[in-house]
Amino acid sequence: MTVTAESMDVTSGTGSVQVLDYGDQGLLLEFESTAEVLAWNDALREADLLGVLDVVPASRTVLLKLAAPRYQEPTRMRLSKLRIEQVVSRTGIDDVTAPIDQRADVEIDVTYDGADLEEVARLSGLTRDEVVAAHTAAPMRVGFGGFAPGFAYLVGGDERLHVPRRADPRTRVPAGSVAIAGEFSSVYPRESPGGWQLIGHTDTVMWDIERDPPALLTPGAWVRFRAIG
Amino acid sequence: MSATLEIMRTGPLALLEDLGRPGLAHMGVSRSGAADRRAHTLANRLVANPDDRATVEVTFGGFSARVRGGDVAIAVTGADTDPSVNGVPFGTNSIHYAHDGQVISLGAPHSGLRSYLAVRGGIDVEPVLGSRSYDVMSAIGPQPLQPGDVLHVGEHTADFPELDQAPVAAIPQHGLLELLVVPGPRDGWFTDPDALVHTIWVATDRSDRVGMRLEGRPLQHRWPDRQLPSEGATRGAIQVPPNGLPVILGPDHPVTGGYPVIGVVANEDIDKLAQIRPGQYVRLHWSRPRRPNVN
Repeated sequence: MTVTAESMDVTSGTGSVQVLDYGDQGLLLEFESTAEVLAWNDALREADLLGVLDVVPASRTVLLKLAAPRYQEPTRMRLSKLRIEQVVSRTGIDDVTAPIDQRADVEIDVTYDGADLEEVARLSGLTRDEVVAAHTAAPMRVGFGGFAPGFAYLVGGDERLHVPRRADPRTRVPAGSVAIAGEFSSVYPRESPGGWQLIGHTDTVMWDIERDPPALLTPGAWVRFRAIG
Repeated sequence: MSATLEIMRTGPLALLEDLGRPGLAHMGVSRSGAADRRAHTLANRLVANPDDRATVEVTFGGFSARVRGGDVAIAVTGADTDPSVNGVPFGTNSIHYAHDGQVISLGAPHSGLRSYLAVRGGIDVEPVLGSRSYDVMSAIGPQPLQPGDVLHVGEHTADFPELDQAPVAAIPQHGLLELLVVPGPRDGWFTDPDALVHTIWVATDRSDRVGMRLEGRPLQHRWPDRQLPSEGATRGAIQVPPNGLPVILGPDHPVTGGYPVIGVVANEDIDKLAQIRPGQYVRLHWSRPRRPNVN
């Protein structure tokens, strides 16, 4: 998918991007895809707009948290300029499907022994080995974080692995669980409740407060899972 | 040797808080920080601290600490807990001095929920990710205070306290708390979004720094089977889960959430949320007319 001027139109309302008020000191930008979210996330971070405290990418939106209500209108106006100067000129970063020669920024060794591996195989119509092959075939991209510190939503994985969440969420998912749900893959950074399908586990530490940065995976990074054992 | 505070009693919850750690949402870390920022900042100003020095956020009073190794200038703001030094009361929202060996005590609040104890120089603990705030959801930052903890008082600035007493309106004791809410961004996801402002809500005891749960007549989702993709959240956002009962997000909210946000409490009123007690009535008002048919 290519980001074009039309699809990035902030002001006219004819394009796919809408800017909504999020309270009186936030703006919510809506997009059609996580790819667009990533492109805008990068551009907005780079632009370092006055009064923007935090840029929060999510599945189809980017939330700008502002330092005070007085920044809301000026920021809305600056966003329309940002389209021309920064976003449209970017190519190649706007796709979450890995190019054939995409190198991974992070590699994660996984033992594919998850409690839901059999169920995922059934849902996807693949064998267990084929599920592992599909999950390790190509790098995926970190779309956004949330849920817990260090939890990253990876996008761009094999579409055959798009399976629903568990109908019955677990009250305890062990730290290091490698899981999938919908279009996303992730690794649970610590033990927590969770409804995703568990396909394996890793010893890689996703969140370490003593590390800089503490989160192993941040938006935009390419990640490759490798099967071990 | 600098002065220390030796914690004797913490009450239900005593935390160190400052203005939080903004700018880390991409790592899944919320800003956190004092729930009532205005009260936190006032406490610091009374003792001539910069706004970002750590204070003790005391929830529902019951706190005491002994001063050791020197004399300290202190101030208590927020919920009025009849603060005292060695049993002698001093006013909320004023500067006071406590000497080596004396005990600072906060009783039960007359109204409101959270009080802030500032010490000139600030509470000096190692910052975590740039802040001395404890985030109850992520468990990041200095751990909740326990009896026996010893807190070091930091170096104070060259500024001198200029104000003996700050005029602050008392937190209302009874009745209805009214808050302004900016509509949306997902008000269109409800069959009758205005029910939010036509209902008298009750704050429940299942409320903490992550979120405050309200009870009342449940709001109706327009598309019960449709799921909103997760989106960024802020303090003051009013999320409505499938049960139709609103949750107002607090300073330690998750950075993204999947429930539609019907409105967001206006900045001016966000600090008031920190002082709402379980059982208190809450009435919400749109800060401006709601635009119809906006999803």
